[in-house]
Amino acid sequence: MDDGRTAAIEVIRASKIYRRFSHRKQFATLKSALLSRSLIKNLRPDETFTALDDVSLTVPKGRTLGVIGRNGSGKSTLLKLVAGISKPSSGSVRVDGRISALIELGAGFHPEISGRENVFINGIMLGLTKREVTRRFDEIVEFAEMKEFIDAPVKTYSSGMYVRLGFAVAIHVDPDVLLVDEVLAVGDEGFTHKCLDKFAEFKRRGKTILLVTHSLGLVERFCDEALWLDRGRIKGSGDPKRIVGAYIADVEHHEEGELAAVDAKARQAAAAPPEAAAAALPETPVDAATPPSDMFRAIEGRWGSREVEITDVAFLGPDGEARHVFQTGETMVVRMRLRAPAPIEDFVFGIGLFSADGLCCYGTNSDIEGFVSRKLHGDAEVRITFPALDLVPGTYKVDLAVHRRDGVTYDYHRLLYTFRMKSAIADVGVYRPGHTWQFSAGIGIEQVKP
Amino acid sequence: MFHNLAQLPRYRGLIQSLVARELKARYRGSVLGFFWSFINPLLLLLVYTTVFAYIMPARFTGGDEPKPFADAYPYSVFLFCGLLPWTWFASSLNESAGVLISGGNLIKKVLFPAEVLPIVTALANMVHFFFGLPILALFLLYSHAPVTPGELLWFPVIVLVQLILTAGLGLLLAALTVHFRDIRDILSNVLTLWYFATPIIYPWQHAPDLGKWFLNANPFTHLAISYQEVLFFRGPFGHWRWLLALGAASIAFFLFAYFVFDRLRDTFAEEV
Repeated sequence: MDDGRTAAIEVIRASKIYRRFSHRKQFATLKSALLSRSLIKNLRPDETFTALDDVSLTVPKGRTLGVIGRNGSGKSTLLKLVAGISKPSSGSVRVDGRISALIELGAGFHPEISGRENVFINGIMLGLTKREVTRRFDEIVEFAEMKEFIDAPVKTYSSGMYVRLGFAVAIHVDPDVLLVDEVLAVGDEGFTHKCLDKFAEFKRRGKTILLVTHSLGLVERFCDEALWLDRGRIKGSGDPKRIVGAYIADVEHHEEGELAAVDAKARQAAAAPPEAAAAALPETPVDAATPPSDMFRAIEGRWGSREVEITDVAFLGPDGEARHVFQTGETMVVRMRLRAPAPIEDFVFGIGLFSADGLCCYGTNSDIEGFVSRKLHGDAEVRITFPALDLVPGTYKVDLAVHRRDGVTYDYHRLLYTFRMKSAIADVGVYRPGHTWQFSAGIGIEQVKP
Repeated sequence: MFHNLAQLPRYRGLIQSLVARELKARYRGSVLGFFWSFINPLLLLLVYTTVFAYIMPARFTGGDEPKPFADAYPYSVFLFCGLLPWTWFASSLNESAGVLISGGNLIKKVLFPAEVLPIVTALANMVHFFFGLPILALFLLYSHAPVTPGELLWFPVIVLVQLILTAGLGLLLAALTVHFRDIRDILSNVLTLWYFATPIIYPWQHAPDLGKWFLNANPFTHLAISYQEVLFFRGPFGHWRWLLALGAASIAFFLFAYFVFDRLRDTFAEEV
């Protein structure tokens, strides 16, 4: 065991700038380059893209670092720099010990020759000698669960077999530093567990692991430290729980913006049909006063006479703040602001919640719940409170409407509002009835999350 | 550069297994498999002999002036002496030009010494060349070619010089093709031209004086002449000075090509 004081991976102020060529120049050929005598000029990029910006990190020997971040945040670039596959544009990268990179598993397998021969060549490519591969061969084949296919040509393998064999070879190189890029997404549950066991074994033996993943649970459970990359910069590093929490909060914030934009777009499309070029003033009912012929088709839209108009809709959290992302079981308040220019006596408020695939998860209105309307005039507000919204994780769309008791519509907003349910538990179905588990003595079981 | 070059011997295990893989993979799945290594040069020889001895008899096979070849048969042996090494040379260069691109997975995803790829190409084709040698030997024996053991000692030297030259050109082409894909298309035409500008289908003596000067500037001329003198023509091997000079030049060229390759190395992962 190492004392953990020496660094296995040291990245000092590394940046990676990719050159981006414009379309025309990308297709510039030798001939045109020679003809226009701009060979040198064309080799110069006219635009650059900074994939990593001044990133420094140190991983002490025997530690496991998890790198998280959105797509395109520079995670894989960082991994490639550490692996030595590409060089930093500035700064330096130092790695102590033998590296094995689980980046592209089975890269370099030749499809025409047998798995056996490929294992040897792949092992030698990854730095083993022929004798070392021979010694580990049985172990590799057994780990990959490939005993009966090892002499078949690799081109006959399924993608799962391919990756399993690649993984098995890479892991048996016995590296000091293991770089892992989102490889656990492949393979079935059983194989994934086997890989995790192998990683745990590596950890026990004091190896250093750099893990790039979207699986936040894995980072929390498995890593000693987490690093959060955002647009090529380090946005946070340290305790995995803290970093993952901050990352989730940021992702939700981002999703908020996205969902708000989706809603705004849907409402705009519903409120302004092409012929109504003039701004859709609340006083002018711009679209059809009649509902579409097929009410069950799940398309966004808005119709109604606008004698009562829905002017604003928001989803409020328990703190009264408007947002679009809720946790399963959280309190959600649907706030609907209304305006009735003239007094109205006959009105019903309705709400419907739909899943992303159009299934009506819940629908109700004030009439069926026994509210009898008396009067509505001027500005008003309706709040529908769900003390514990137990919908399973997913994206939901909302219908809101005001209509007469006989169904004639004042204002119908069809699927114009979106919210997202999140949960630490990836359960399925529509709704999560409250439930508990009981286990009798004799069942050895323990809850590790949430 | 020299640091990287010094690493090269450490990759010999890798190079060895990659060459073996190349050879195994090439004929995997074909009925005759490995025998194509013998059949291919034979068929090629048959084509050339038919064309140049019968369809359009060249002046060095028929005609009235100097007749180094009494009939078609020795001509085909002469042809074979140059054709076999040329096949090695030309297919190495053709494959080298695309080798970094087709091996893109290795370069982008694995820490892999890229220079190994063109070198493996040159070596794999050399092994193919060796497979063709028994056929050539049969022809030589049958035609009672004046091969002496003393001359034959030069043969490995010629092969070595050709290997260094081929590997150097392969490195350069591989590196440049990553940036200019056109090279692959240009190359096949250049190689055809180069083939006819080399005394393979005709003896060097038959070129006009101006042409001789031109031919001397072509490095493969000296390889072809060396092969022909050692294996086919009577008399002592008189071309050795040229051969050794070419050997020295090839080493220098290999170093230059390696330098270029090394300079471009870091761009491969991004451009492939």
